[in-house]
Amino acid sequence: MPSLKSLRNRIASVKATQKITKAMQMVAAAKLRRAQLAAEAARPYAERMSTVLANLGQAFEGKPDAPALLAGNGKSDVHLLVVCTAERGLCGAFNSSIARLARDHANRLLAEGKTVKILCVGRKGAESLKRLFGDKIIEVIELKGIRQIGFGEAQMVARKVLELYGAGQFDVATLFFSQFRSVILQIPTAQRLIPAEIPKDAAPAASGGAIYEVEPSEEEILGDLLPRNVAVQVFKALLENAASEQGARMSAMDSATRNAGEMIKKLTTNYNRTRQAQITKELIEIISGAEAV
Amino acid sequence: MAEAFKFELVSPERLLVSEEVAQVVVPGSEGQFTMLKGHAPFMTTMRPGVIEVTGQSGTVSRIFVRGGFADASPAGLTVLAEMAVPVQDLKAEQIAREIKNAEEDVADAGSDETKRVAQEKLDQLREVQAALGAPAAH
Repeated sequence: MPSLKSLRNRIASVKATQKITKAMQMVAAAKLRRAQLAAEAARPYAERMSTVLANLGQAFEGKPDAPALLAGNGKSDVHLLVVCTAERGLCGAFNSSIARLARDHANRLLAEGKTVKILCVGRKGAESLKRLFGDKIIEVIELKGIRQIGFGEAQMVARKVLELYGAGQFDVATLFFSQFRSVILQIPTAQRLIPAEIPKDAAPAASGGAIYEVEPSEEEILGDLLPRNVAVQVFKALLENAASEQGARMSAMDSATRNAGEMIKKLTTNYNRTRQAQITKELIEIISGAEAV
Repeated sequence: MAEAFKFELVSPERLLVSEEVAQVVVPGSEGQFTMLKGHAPFMTTMRPGVIEVTGQSGTVSRIFVRGGFADASPAGLTVLAEMAVPVQDLKAEQIAREIKNAEEDVADAGSDETKRVAQEKLDQLREVQAALGAPAAH
């Protein structure tokens, strides 16, 4: 049986842990609100962007001179996986579920005989993919110390991706991130980044088939718009990720706090029983000693 | 009074303006243009400059934008700007920083073509600075 002193120490240490998890939960809740607002505020831009893209994209459908970022370069031999994860752990299955999705995708591509390259955004994803695909990770972009993800960070990632594409380093790029549904539900998602995915439902009826006049020219606008679309998609993914991370951390820390509470209860019961047993034992010793005299 | 139409200005971070307005002046890359209700469907890229929005009551607000598109459809005008700051919030050093970046771009430019583009952008920014500098002086 553990001694009273060791039980007391254990209770104290579990209580300290509980305080930490409770604090982390509250911090995550506050950050979640901010991240959610940021994600919502960024939505209109992405929506308008896909509307414009759909407008212009129709004009190029099936044409051989469509820009490579829209139609692809006709090959799909080398795949780039852009895996966006968090910088920090202690957020439940958040990082590992994204990494698992990316891993399955990579394994499937490898089985088909394609070449896989991985670009990690966020330290945690790189750590869990390093063991299996260490030689395939071409770069890790860390977003450490950034409180609020701005468009600048997304542009930096997008520029890197576009540079690689420009240098012919890959044919198809897929973006991995976690979509935020609610505090308890985050869906790891794979989205094709290059060639651009034009949402079919985004095609607007607003233009009513009217002929668009375009300045300077459709090619030039698309040439400007498509790289920007990559940045916007990355930005959206990063923001969704930020909200998902805080949501996952919040629920993970909530259950950790609850577990700690249960453990404290059990230990306290155990402590009290032990204490009472000891008192009873001492009493029996005294009484039986007195009777013997 | 001109008829009103829907005008939306969005930057990646947020939706800045979404309201019924009478008139908008947009700095298109091929030249400044004024949008009124019933404009033909039209799309253009933008150069760095100032958007002038005239509200239904005749109030004029000025917003500095950099990079992006203007999309005029029968439904209204949508401006997608990479950066958008209301002129009254715009600080002189912000423009100065943009100009410094542009100057570096000109210096770093590899080919003549990229150099020309960077130089153009720099000139446009200087214009904006001059235009903004004037009212701030008095």
